[in-house]
Amino acid sequence: MNMRSPLSRARGLGSAKSGTDHWWMQRLTALALIPLVIWFVVSMIIVTGADHAAAVEFISSPINSVLLILLIVATFIHGQLGLTVVIEDYIHTRWLEVGLIIAVKGAAIFLGVASVYAVIAIALN
Amino acid sequence: MATDNRPLSPHLQVYRPQFTSVLSILHRITGIGLAVGTLLLVWWLIAAAAGPTEFDAVQNFIGSIVGRILLLAWSFALYYHLCNGIRHLVWDAGKGFELSTAFASGWLVVVAAVVLTVISWVAGYASLGGL
Repeated sequence: MNMRSPLSRARGLGSAKSGTDHWWMQRLTALALIPLVIWFVVSMIIVTGADHAAAVEFISSPINSVLLILLIVATFIHGQLGLTVVIEDYIHTRWLEVGLIIAVKGAAIFLGVASVYAVIAIALN
Repeated sequence: MATDNRPLSPHLQVYRPQFTSVLSILHRITGIGLAVGTLLLVWWLIAAAAGPTEFDAVQNFIGSIVGRILLLAWSFALYYHLCNGIRHLVWDAGKGFELSTAFASGWLVVVAAVVLTVISWVAGYASLGGL
């Protein structure tokens, strides 16, 4: 016998109340990061040891700016989702668990926005 | 809460690590390391936006012995997490669960991560003009 109401089943959100959102976003960003990370590593090898002018030239090229911003956004979404799971698994003191998750999400937003702002500031300068 | 005293699963004191379980926990450890390593990218970008003096400070740090060791660890973590992440995506597609396949793909991930790390560092030093 199914104890769930028809509405609950139609919503499909399960006991976590958020359905497969976390799982799905983790996979989507993972997929996006495969080409982005390969591009990033190859680019970093090419510009390794660059002086300021060369780095600015690299960052401000339109295609590099766009790919960098996509990399930053995907990285921070993926990273904070992953850290959230780690905290949920190993921190068993509720207030500390919630506090750390809030801190991780806050730091990801702050650092992500700061990084995107830096890229845009360089690109438009 | 009543759930506070539940034992950890797997029970670490009696659990014998296996190749596949070590790779699994390594995926987490490298993930955490990469999250910390992302701070270097943030610093690099903000310093580049700030100016030549700030940028030189980052480049000097990356070029130092400590910086190079961190970058080496970070690059291996990146390749490991990337390759093992693809392994996980294949599992998500419902494939590769045979024990022999899981072991073979695990070894492939380890070898690929080491090879890619070595290639990247050789290429990096070549790009610097050091080879």
